[in-house]
Amino acid sequence: MSHHTFRHRGVIKVRCLVESGELALCAAGGFCHFYFTLLCPIILCTMTKLLEWVFGVSLIGIAWGLVTFDLLDLQLPPRYKEVAWPMPIYLLVVFGCYSLATVGYRVATFNDCEDAAQELQAQIKQAKDDLKKKGLKM
Amino acid sequence: MPHRCLYDVRHANMASRRGNAKTQLQSDKYSVLLPTYNERENLPLIVWLLVKYFGESGYNYEIIVIDDGSPDGTLQIAEQLQKIYGSDKIILRPRAQKLGLGTAYIHGIKHATGNFVIIMDADLSHHPKFIPQFIEKQKEGGYDLVSGTRYRGDGGVYGWDLRRKLISRGANFVTQVLLRPGASDLTGSFRLYKKEVLEKLVERCVSKGYVFQMEMIVRARQLDCTIGEVPISFVDRVYGESKLGGNEIVSFLKGLLTLFATT
Repeated sequence: MSHHTFRHRGVIKVRCLVESGELALCAAGGFCHFYFTLLCPIILCTMTKLLEWVFGVSLIGIAWGLVTFDLLDLQLPPRYKEVAWPMPIYLLVVFGCYSLATVGYRVATFNDCEDAAQELQAQIKQAKDDLKKKGLKM
Repeated sequence: MPHRCLYDVRHANMASRRGNAKTQLQSDKYSVLLPTYNERENLPLIVWLLVKYFGESGYNYEIIVIDDGSPDGTLQIAEQLQKIYGSDKIILRPRAQKLGLGTAYIHGIKHATGNFVIIMDADLSHHPKFIPQFIEKQKEGGYDLVSGTRYRGDGGVYGWDLRRKLISRGANFVTQVLLRPGASDLTGSFRLYKKEVLEKLVERCVSKGYVFQMEMIVRARQLDCTIGEVPISFVDRVYGESKLGGNEIVSFLKGLLTLFATT
């Protein structure tokens, strides 16, 4: 009998814990909903570029940390961890290559305005003659 | 039947009144601000080119020369030009000493009678032939600000070596990544503004030099101003004298990081 009561009390305790966990999760969910739909747009609209970067980088950082170090005990398949672990270095290298390629391309295709320079020289001569006629003493 | 005729007559009257209102809007006036310092050689040439292109296009204009006490006699040349072209077209508003670009704009705007303001360099690196294109672009989209860009379309430069091009494109890339400004050329200073937009922006800007022009565009974005772009050619004739040294690069980066952290 006492054995049954003990087990019954144990079950009630576990149920309470589960319910309070669910309550906490609901509260967290509610807060997140409030945060993302109301506060976030307001904050994002008035954030400086620096804060936007800090915000974005920390989001990515948290996601990376969660997957790589199993912080929430999500029991993901090991392949996710293998892929996620080198991601930051990989993204930096990709960004570096993209930057070099973009700047290189833009420098190579930077227009050289030869015609504009020659036209300007011709117009300068024209202007000087015309102004001398009009009485300008240079 | 008579009732219908009356309606047609009233409709025709309204249409002609609308037509008159439209032609009144065509009386836009463009004030060109020319801050000068030691531009004795170039000032007559730039004024001649401005008069030529504005004359050909038929737009109403005025040229405001803001000389910062140039020791080489720029003001005397400007006075001669005023006699040649008329004091309604050439307006002189000199200052006692070199006081900086932002204050030159404020000073110029106070005396500008146009509803649009064009800012440009007086050293012939910006060619007035692009001004009618700026005006047409502004009319096309009703833009608050039209910026000349060296980096898109037919835009380009003359007289820059590889080092200069590399630094320019590199700096522009860093600026685009950090500030995402929505305009391709931020350090360019050949622009057309609506007068009230320029007034609003100049009073909010605090930087100097290259960064001042960048800050204008960034603040324009903050205030939700619409920005149009026109490709221009930039003919650098003074490059030999004003090299882009380490100091300038450092101050540019400092200014960029300040904008990054504060806007």
